[in-house]
Amino acid sequence: MNEITCECGHINPEGTVLCESCGKPIEKNQHIDGNDQKELLNMRYDGSARRSQTYNRTIIDKIWNFFSSVKVGVWLIVLTLIASAVGTILPQEMYIPPNVDAATHYRDQYGLLGQIYYQLGFHNLFSSWWYMLLLAMIGISIVIASIDRFFPLYKTLKKQKPKRHELFMKKQRVFGTTESDQVDVERFKKNLKKNRFKVYEENGHILAEKNRFARWGPYVNHIGLIIFLIGSLLRFVPFFYVDEFVWIREGETAMIPGTDGQYYMKNEEFILETYDESDERFKEAIQKQGGPIPKTYQTDAVIYERTDEFIPGKEPELKEVKTASAKMNHPIKFDDYALYQASYQLNEFKEMTFKIHDKENEDSNYGEFTVDLTNPKSEYELESGHRVVIDSYFPEYEMKDGEPVSVSKYPKNPAFVFHVYPPGETSPETSFLGIGMNIDATGENDYKLGLVNFDVRDVTGLTVKKDFTLPIIGLGGAIFMIGVIQGMYWNHRRIWLQPKENGVWIAGHTNKNWFALRREIDKVIDGTHIQKPVDQYEMKD
Amino acid sequence: MGDLSTLSSNLLYAAFFIYLIATFFFGGTIRDKGKGKSRVAGNIGITITIIGFLTQLGYFITRWIASQHAPVSNLFEYTTFFGMMLIFAFIILYFIYRVDLLGLFALPIALLIIAFASMFPTEISPLVPSLQSHWLYIHVTTASLGQGILSVSFVAGLVFLIRQVDQTKRSKHTSWLEFVIYVLFATIAFIMVTSIFGAMEYEAKFQAPVNGQQAEITYGVPAIAGPADGEVISEGAMGPLFEAPAWMRGQDAAKKLNTFLWSLFGGLVIYGLVRLILRKRVAAAIQPLLKKLNPELVDEVSYRAVAIGFPVFTLGAIIFASIWAQQAWDRFWGWDPKEVWALITFFFYAAYLHLRLSRGWHGLRSAWLAVGGFGIIMFNLIAVNLVISGLHSYA
Amino acid sequence: MNEKTLKKKKKRLIFRTAMLAVMVGLVVFALISNSKDDKSVVAKGEQAPNFQLERFGSEGETITLSDLEGKGVMLNFWATYCEPCKDEMPYMEELYPKYKEKGVEILAVNLDSTDLVVKRFMDTYDISFPVLRDKNGQVMDLYNIGPIPSTLFISPEGEIVEQVTGALTLSKLEGHLKEIAPEE
Repeated sequence: MNEITCECGHINPEGTVLCESCGKPIEKNQHIDGNDQKELLNMRYDGSARRSQTYNRTIIDKIWNFFSSVKVGVWLIVLTLIASAVGTILPQEMYIPPNVDAATHYRDQYGLLGQIYYQLGFHNLFSSWWYMLLLAMIGISIVIASIDRFFPLYKTLKKQKPKRHELFMKKQRVFGTTESDQVDVERFKKNLKKNRFKVYEENGHILAEKNRFARWGPYVNHIGLIIFLIGSLLRFVPFFYVDEFVWIREGETAMIPGTDGQYYMKNEEFILETYDESDERFKEAIQKQGGPIPKTYQTDAVIYERTDEFIPGKEPELKEVKTASAKMNHPIKFDDYALYQASYQLNEFKEMTFKIHDKENEDSNYGEFTVDLTNPKSEYELESGHRVVIDSYFPEYEMKDGEPVSVSKYPKNPAFVFHVYPPGETSPETSFLGIGMNIDATGENDYKLGLVNFDVRDVTGLTVKKDFTLPIIGLGGAIFMIGVIQGMYWNHRRIWLQPKENGVWIAGHTNKNWFALRREIDKVIDGTHIQKPVDQYEMKD
Repeated sequence: MGDLSTLSSNLLYAAFFIYLIATFFFGGTIRDKGKGKSRVAGNIGITITIIGFLTQLGYFITRWIASQHAPVSNLFEYTTFFGMMLIFAFIILYFIYRVDLLGLFALPIALLIIAFASMFPTEISPLVPSLQSHWLYIHVTTASLGQGILSVSFVAGLVFLIRQVDQTKRSKHTSWLEFVIYVLFATIAFIMVTSIFGAMEYEAKFQAPVNGQQAEITYGVPAIAGPADGEVISEGAMGPLFEAPAWMRGQDAAKKLNTFLWSLFGGLVIYGLVRLILRKRVAAAIQPLLKKLNPELVDEVSYRAVAIGFPVFTLGAIIFASIWAQQAWDRFWGWDPKEVWALITFFFYAAYLHLRLSRGWHGLRSAWLAVGGFGIIMFNLIAVNLVISGLHSYA
Repeated sequence: MNEKTLKKKKKRLIFRTAMLAVMVGLVVFALISNSKDDKSVVAKGEQAPNFQLERFGSEGETITLSDLEGKGVMLNFWATYCEPCKDEMPYMEELYPKYKEKGVEILAVNLDSTDLVVKRFMDTYDISFPVLRDKNGQVMDLYNIGPIPSTLFISPEGEIVEQVTGALTLSKLEGHLKEIAPEE
């Protein structure tokens, strides 16, 4: 025997708490929702047969029922909440300086706490497997709990009849009886309609209902959340999601990573503007800050598309696609990609200009030459007949074991070994020059080199994004909002009226905001001689 | 331009005092007899509140014109706006439920928030590039409105607790309730200490290492906790009682700890004095004033505020925030502490709604949750801005 | 129990199993994707991705990896500012003539940005095997090269036989070169 036949003749599915048709409590199932004889009816899910509560035989059913429980869902939310809070105690690994070792950084900066934090993996909490698992379990819980509740509730509300069982009426929170032969049912119905209730009638029994759709709000917002989660999941598929970063120096053209070599970008100029310190409005704030406040970060760029076949390393043939500027809040968009202004480095050396003069006389000048630091020539001929050969070039100079070396290819601290050939001479004079450094190797030089000028350029850092998941994630967010508003800003209200030998019974139910329901009942019984019902609920806490 | 910003700050002062006056009228409703018949005091109270709100709106608009950007770009501006949104949310819920006594609690809390805001630098500051977007005001105003409405839930929850918690014997409920009241007193203490020493133009300078470099740190209140390895350099200034632990990062970490300690002690002093005068628990003293109040109604107001505020908060603090973050920082979500705490707030109220709707958490439990939710909102506003990001190098 | 309820029950079990399977599948997918590194590393046993670079010191002569099919290829990533790279250069120079005859090509991909420093370096070390210039680091990115020196040994069929990070000793180098020499 699985089905339950109510005394009203309706056949209910197994696990039903209140008859779908007349609302009579089904004796043996009352334990399910904590109903008992004396108390008001528990109207949760309208007493429908929540599937999780009914079938619990196989392991699959057990897992299913675990996730179906709201209690489990709330626990998952609470655990995620606590984990998230712990994740903000110390900065996440992505926010610590990029060039340090995480293990030592946490220990050095935050001591024992930092070490424990690191050891437990909290420094990467939000991409840890267990945090993701928590979110995933919330997702599963949302799906299963919704399936288990929506369909039975939908069926119950569809099958409900205006004629309710007496017990159902009496045990509603808002209930009242009227003994009078003057009850004006027609006026009652008119009032209901005026208040936008839908009125159903069956042998004088009346059911008035409004805003049933509000009951679907939770399920709609859960669908939104699921779409959102699926959208986030798709980010793991490279086709849907590209996230790269590129540094480009002013004047240089570079391949845009993540575009499979299809697109290139030239950095025409990087612009950093700061607020004018004499600006009346911001004077005080800028003074307090103690330094300039940036106003604009901008990269003027040209985007190119490659027209020949892409082989990594091969010099491309390029066709201009567009000229545009990337600013904060205003990325450059092309094809499916977007370039975001993300970072910059100022004042990298670009060119240096030197002059030759007599060792003893700074003011003498035998000519100047300019070294392009990204592409120095090996030899410079001066009009005075002097010849300068670059013997060695160290872009980022350092002394190591008594030897000058370069530690990178970037001209951050350029240094040179120059051979200067005076006119007609075949043996050179050697000088070693760097920033703040001018060494005469032998001490017998007649000529000296001096730095007269230098030119710098900026480097811009751009993020390259392609994200096909955004529309999906956006859709999920929108549906979530619709669902939340639907469920929160409207309330499902029902009023039942039952004819009695002398007078009527009235009962009302809402899923929330009881005061508003009672106010509404006051309005609809106005002038009908129906007695004001009472709220049978008493706060126990 | 200068006149406009002067006008703007005067309007804010005016609004502050108007709210204060409205509070007294709401206080007057305690003596109103009968149910909803004579509501003179309440009507005057809400009218004055609305005038105050419009005055503060005037402050907001004039400041917007003066700075040429939405005045929600620093802690002072944001917190002031939050106070204004709390008032606005109170006005909405007042017209739904007409609970006069709610005003007696909502307005002082808004006043506290606005006064608290004024303790932070109030100059108009320019917008750094990432903030230059229409989303600044779309996101911030919506999020703040959501938080304001959710805060009304706290106010109603607090009223409910004071009304309902059994004060005849000491319990967990009474202790926690006293703690909540103590925290409010500590906030008053913070405002008093900062303003008094500010008016005295107190200054104590310290020389202390910050991130390996010697820096000068200026205290606005006498130092209880000095900077780690710091040295007093102002003459006649009180030396610290102890030094802040060295693991506290950032230039102002020790200074913040010092102010925090002052607030805690100050709060203790105020609370002690009040207890001494009342000779009973503070909540127990207020309880009789609320006897007339229908607890179910207050419970419903608290819940309704969450029902209205949750969608607004989600829209502003999660969805609009994501859209803007996507534009400015190329990712809609980056697990930044501020973002995480917005998510925590979201999770918390989601749990609240599930517990209330499906598990029947009403009354006391629900009211305590509302208090907890407000705690999270304030944590996100204060601690995340001042403490957690202070642990970071970019503070 | 009648047949109808049995059938219903079976349907329900199938539905629940299917839903759970799909969701668990998605979760497993997420966890696996998350644990993988962002970039797919070019690994042993895979086909070496193709590239084309200009030979240093030549007038526009390019070398394309795919043209070298049938030969073993040693692909060495290096730079002048990398100390250990300097140590292995003489070994490569020493073994180069012998293995070139056996059908093994050495390609040294240089990652410097200025020609001058490379030229000076090559003069000093007297290098005769082809040096390729990867100015923009494209090929380096393609092979996901981290620290240098990093060396890949590619079989005549174009398969990556071995990847070595860090400097090679003479004997190790010779061992790997033997491995990729085409059979006679």
